[in-house]
Amino acid sequence: MSAPIQRCKLCQTRSKSLLFSQLRYCNKSFSSSCKLNSATKHNQVEAWQPVIGLEIHAQIKANSKLFSRANTIFGGPTNSQVAFLDAALPGTLPVLNRRCVEAGVITALALGCQINKVSRFDRKHYFYADLPAGYQITQQNNAIANNGRFHYVQYGNKESDIREKAVTILQLQLEQDSGKSLHDDLDKQSLIDLNRAGCGLMEIVTAPEFHSGDEARSFVRDLRQLLVTLGTCDGKMSEGSLRVDANISVHKPGQPLGERAEVKNLNSLSSLKKTIEFEIKRQIAVIESGGRVINETRSFDLDTGETLPMRDKEVQLDYRFMPEPNLPPLRLYHRSDLKGAMHGDKVFIDDLEKNMPVLPQERRGNLMQNYGISMYKAAFIVTENLQDIYEELVSTRNVEAFTNFFINTVAARLLANELTLDQCPIPGKHIGYIYDQYKEENINLTVAEKLIDTLLADSSVDPKEHIRLENLWQINDVAQLTELCKTIIAENPKAVSKLKRGKDRAMNTLMASARKATGDRGNTRIINRIFKELIAQSEGRD
Amino acid sequence: MLSLSLREVLHLIKTEQISARDLLKKCIERATSVRELNAYITETHELAWSQVGLAPGKSELAGIPIAVKDNFCTRNIPTTCGSKMLDNYVPPYNATVVDRLLTSGAVLMGKTNMDEYAMGCGSIDSRYGPVRNPWKYKFQSSARSSVIIQSKEGPTSGGDWYIAGGSSGGSAVAVATGTCFGALGSDTGGSTRNPASYCGIVGLKPTYGSLSRYGLIPLVNSLDVPGILTKTVDDAALLLRIIAGRDVNDSTTVSESLHLTDLDDQPSVKGLHIGIPKEYNAPGLCGETRRAWEDVANALETAGACVSLVSLPHTQYSINTYSILCACEVASNMARYDGIEFGHRAEGNNMSTESLYAQSRHEGFNEVVRGRIFAGNYFLLRKNYRRYFQQALKVRRLISDDFTKVYGDGVDVLLTPTTLSVALPYSKFSMADNRTRTAEQDYFTQPINMA
Repeated sequence: MSAPIQRCKLCQTRSKSLLFSQLRYCNKSFSSSCKLNSATKHNQVEAWQPVIGLEIHAQIKANSKLFSRANTIFGGPTNSQVAFLDAALPGTLPVLNRRCVEAGVITALALGCQINKVSRFDRKHYFYADLPAGYQITQQNNAIANNGRFHYVQYGNKESDIREKAVTILQLQLEQDSGKSLHDDLDKQSLIDLNRAGCGLMEIVTAPEFHSGDEARSFVRDLRQLLVTLGTCDGKMSEGSLRVDANISVHKPGQPLGERAEVKNLNSLSSLKKTIEFEIKRQIAVIESGGRVINETRSFDLDTGETLPMRDKEVQLDYRFMPEPNLPPLRLYHRSDLKGAMHGDKVFIDDLEKNMPVLPQERRGNLMQNYGISMYKAAFIVTENLQDIYEELVSTRNVEAFTNFFINTVAARLLANELTLDQCPIPGKHIGYIYDQYKEENINLTVAEKLIDTLLADSSVDPKEHIRLENLWQINDVAQLTELCKTIIAENPKAVSKLKRGKDRAMNTLMASARKATGDRGNTRIINRIFKELIAQSEGRD
Repeated sequence: MLSLSLREVLHLIKTEQISARDLLKKCIERATSVRELNAYITETHELAWSQVGLAPGKSELAGIPIAVKDNFCTRNIPTTCGSKMLDNYVPPYNATVVDRLLTSGAVLMGKTNMDEYAMGCGSIDSRYGPVRNPWKYKFQSSARSSVIIQSKEGPTSGGDWYIAGGSSGGSAVAVATGTCFGALGSDTGGSTRNPASYCGIVGLKPTYGSLSRYGLIPLVNSLDVPGILTKTVDDAALLLRIIAGRDVNDSTTVSESLHLTDLDDQPSVKGLHIGIPKEYNAPGLCGETRRAWEDVANALETAGACVSLVSLPHTQYSINTYSILCACEVASNMARYDGIEFGHRAEGNNMSTESLYAQSRHEGFNEVVRGRIFAGNYFLLRKNYRRYFQQALKVRRLISDDFTKVYGDGVDVLLTPTTLSVALPYSKFSMADNRTRTAEQDYFTQPINMA
């Protein structure tokens, strides 16, 4: 079967690939590495407005499942965490897990949603081997919360490009997760693991207010952090704790919305962005070549983000929603609703509200307001969960200088060692000490960085002792340094003459020698000044 | 001894005038001799012997034999719902109501026969064959035929027999023939009261939510109630007290504790307000039944009760509403029968999952079940939902309000017929299909299920 050879509309290469023969764009046009893609395509893409809505499935962090007592531990032996209900044995009935309800309420409050004091459960019917009952219990029509708003941060190319954006949260609903299936094409069999079947999920539905893969990714990144902070989801995307479905369409501004396609089960931030970007371009290409975008579910390639039509393309499924008759309506209360008698079995919204932790968005705002630092820096500190130690130390120090040191040195070393502060707690006072010594020019930056590394490896080390033992004090003595510089100048006539001719980069040679000679302890600022002075002096003489 | 009531026999055991073992032996003999009636799908006589041996003398039910309809899950005992789909299914747990009976000292005679998945009102649509009414039955084995009460007319010719009613026909027959002293059935639209009526015993449908449905394989989750079949009303009250009450495993059971009254030794009906719903005087109601209805009303009035005509105006819509709600829930509840985790799985290799499902379900379900699944799925389609299901829910509310109003107006008890006529012979009954028969015969019983 040979497809006709044609030229790509964009880059003119010849190609036979399937994608090409339908759309007349070659595969390269869709990869971010194609140079032509970014330059030329830009003009074409500009006219189109992408419209993206997301459905996030977050596994609730709870000891047992939404309606049964089975365990929820990830990676347990196959089919070892399956209650009778999860296998849909006849005669079993669902019993609602209180912790899951609380998690839903807490998350909804954090997303600024309106909590519905009465909500109901529905059955959503479809046949699939990983759904033993033939239906999923969910909350389609009367969910636990609606109409929220979530503020997230989108980074740009420069620090100052950072923006805070907001998206409307249409709904938060509680529902069951399905089991997992593995398809063995070789032996023509399917293997089903029901450990995950029945685990509690929060489905969070956003309005279609995103316009790029990057916005979507930024949102999911910040939402994930929120859920982890709240403790309602562990956010481990690689374990499937957080999965994203994206609904994508394109239209020209002012014209009606385009037909949308859906991509399901995106489970990493990078593939989320890549896949959405690919799909936007694909849809534009389809429409521009005279085709129509089909309302369908597409699968995706994890590495390239390329979307593909699914093998068994389903016509629109009718889920035949029906109220779940075995569960009474879920009622939530405020303390003021009920007086007197003990109500141990009821869930009170105000109790949960009182015990909520401070949210990332608020922490960001607090840092910006209290210390006047930029959104970028505040966002960074909060994202890395370093705000407590930062606030402890910055209050008695110069904000700008300390913040820069904290981010560029301390946090940078943490990230370089792939650690978080909770994994390797350095006592705040040590960090403060190191900074103070650096500020007073008693140690230089390289030494400061090495000290941080040392403390990360062993937090019991006392920095002052360590500096003394290893003789790491900075050499600030001008006389001593001047002698050294004179020696180096004498040893490097070539570099000196280059400098005199205006080639400033030759200074690096001199500085390198100075560093070596001082065992990296020389005050580079002073050394640099001395070099310049000495050379200027000798120039004058020449 | 086998024609005594549960309470009487319990008294004999507790006062050591008879032993539970002797009683069990007699019940087993009786069960064996009436096997032709096909009341039991699975007999558990061995188990009963082991249960009776565990010194139940001190327990509430002291070794009394009971039977359980085959749609209640019983641990390690096959539970089939009368269907090929669950032919090989052995549950790993007991239904709550079964558990409560067994821990109170009852012993299990077996799992009784029923219409497949409780769909039917004759107990003739079972994989294991129909249940036969003991009344006027001509036994092949003549040895014990004197036990069965013969009327002047004698059994109909040509091997015909009377239907036992359904869908809890097996349980009704088990009690009526003295093989046990109480049985569990289920009641969704009359499935306990109908066979009780045809077999001449007492059938109780308790109020929804007072008994746990955990382990009762559902027909319609929002209507099902475990039913109690016994020889006397007193017996039913005794069993109700034992098995009723909140169950954490069933979120639809009520938290309030039940208040069961004890009647005086000579109960009086003076001042009791009895309502006769005029809409229940339906066409098709046979003369004999109507006369019995009038006789009871008159007798009560003579004894001092206040009998008056009342109205339940939405009765005429009830059977259609019930049919729609039933079909929809059935379509949903039956979705789990795919042969993957349990139940019947079709033979054959290289089938796609979808074909496997379709084949298993086609082979496992009878026509009645398949018909209701089709209808239910049709009603639940998005385009149809409002017109059928949602509308039915609204009408259900009106029907329920009818009852609330009547009881609120001072009526204590409603007196109605149970079925349109006496038990029909099988030859006549089977001339119309299951759906037609259900629509006719459930007329009096299903409205209260929906309230």
